[in-house]
Amino acid sequence: MPDLRELYQEVILEHSKAPRNYRELATANHRAEGYNPLCGDHFTVYLDLEGDSIRDISFQGSGCAISQASASLMTQSVKGKTRAEAARLFDQFHKLVTGQSPANGSRAELGKLAVFSGVSEFPVRVKCATLAWHALHAAMQGKQETVSTE
Amino acid sequence: MTTAAKRLPRESRPADVRGAGFDVEKVRRDFPILRRKIRGRALVYLDNAATSQKPQVVIDAMRRYYERDNANIHRGVHFLSEHATEEFEGARRKMQSFLNAADASEIIFVRGATEAINLVAQTYGRAHIRAGDEVLITAMEHHSNIVPWQILCEEKSARLRVAPISDSGELLLKEFENLLGPQTRIVALAHVSNALGSINPVQRLIAAAHRWNIPVLVDGAQAVPHLKVDVQALDCDFYVFSGHKVYGPTGIGVLYGKSALLDVMPPYQGGGDMISSVTFEKTIYNKLPYKFEAGTPHVAGAIGLGAAIEYVNGLGMDNIAVHEHELLAYASETVSAIPGIRLIGTAKEKAGVLSFLLDSIHPHDIGTILDQEGIAIRTGHHCAQPVMQRFGIAATARASFALYNTREEVDALVEGIEKVREVFA
Repeated sequence: MPDLRELYQEVILEHSKAPRNYRELATANHRAEGYNPLCGDHFTVYLDLEGDSIRDISFQGSGCAISQASASLMTQSVKGKTRAEAARLFDQFHKLVTGQSPANGSRAELGKLAVFSGVSEFPVRVKCATLAWHALHAAMQGKQETVSTE
Repeated sequence: MTTAAKRLPRESRPADVRGAGFDVEKVRRDFPILRRKIRGRALVYLDNAATSQKPQVVIDAMRRYYERDNANIHRGVHFLSEHATEEFEGARRKMQSFLNAADASEIIFVRGATEAINLVAQTYGRAHIRAGDEVLITAMEHHSNIVPWQILCEEKSARLRVAPISDSGELLLKEFENLLGPQTRIVALAHVSNALGSINPVQRLIAAAHRWNIPVLVDGAQAVPHLKVDVQALDCDFYVFSGHKVYGPTGIGVLYGKSALLDVMPPYQGGGDMISSVTFEKTIYNKLPYKFEAGTPHVAGAIGLGAAIEYVNGLGMDNIAVHEHELLAYASETVSAIPGIRLIGTAKEKAGVLSFLLDSIHPHDIGTILDQEGIAIRTGHHCAQPVMQRFGIAATARASFALYNTREEVDALVEGIEKVREVFA
């Protein structure tokens, strides 16, 4: 039986209550929305891209503890990274939350994001954990429409 | 306390009927799924507004049809076809008596409440609604009683009007009546709200619409499992419900319509069974109810629903209503006593549904934690996003009750919510 404490780890609860980088970004030159029609979670991710690198990132919106914390930790993890590095991190993160074995060494790369490993035991919550990442992906590609996890 | 059961002295409580007519432990044994363990715990199924569980008699009736009686209906001269036809038409008569319709030909078998509403919008609606006309619904409708009318209004350049609700989730009657007028062509409203549990005073609302000669469709999807419905006493023009919410199978439901209206409505779908003769020049449509039942219907579903209605009748709708009313009162009292709980939908007259929020914890997180305890509830917008918008929220957690639920299950829900509070403490 999956353990609730594995899902709702302290770091996740803490970030869901006090999300980091939670604001509209005045310098944003890219933005995208993520929407999960199943539970109504809705986020906007703001990006300040300088050439190929993420100079600044923020988000706003509402959702469950998992999606809030994931958005918060994502902004911390990708700030200062290149688009390719962020895309690679999303790939590793996706493998982590869907229970696929990550490539050698990628656990270390994930850093704090490893707290989401418990999500793989709760398949219906994978969409919550990846919603902000899908929005980030769309924002980096310059897409304007809302991305949906459905 | 707002409930009648609480106001009355103990000895005169209607719940006392329960001892004589309703034994919930015995009833539970009729539902095989209730013996299942979920994550090592006894299943506490509180998602009945989404779909109800099925008693053994329904499962058996459908199995018997496929094992012994399977044949197409209204066609064969052979034994099995005649028998299947008799079973199917027998189920129709059970629906007639369940709703107290004047005639069995006023019962149309459809896939569910959603298809029934689409049928009325696309036949009666398309024939009667013109540019500038209005369709009146309420602010507590399920998407299935909003979108079919939006599609119609868009096509006809008509206007969809919405009667508002109060902060407690009650329809504002004066506002509703003020929205009726010579431009209103049809009224469509829920008998019971799926997101809030509010019971609408449909008899009064229908009478108000009839003063303007406006026909009324009542969405009874959330009402028929909980209340006795008499379409002649209500004087509604259309009444719709889904079988799977009243202990029957999925994929079968009922459209009741007054024959005077159904008779002059154009058909919905063309095909077999709905015709009396076909040439390439002209097709003569069949009489009621077959005009609206194109193609081979869900025969097993109708037979299963017939068995479900017989089962409900056997227990007695009055006994079921008393049991559920007491349960909902108990749940409202115990859940609202939990610190941080906010009930969404506190109408005086309610059935079946307890929607709530807990502090700022997202309902999805509540649902996941309760699920670990084997407790099934619904979380989200309940296909009623305008209701969520009305209350300025994205979602609620919803526990919804059926005839087989117990006070012990309500206690389990309360303990589960306490566990949510611990996790998020």
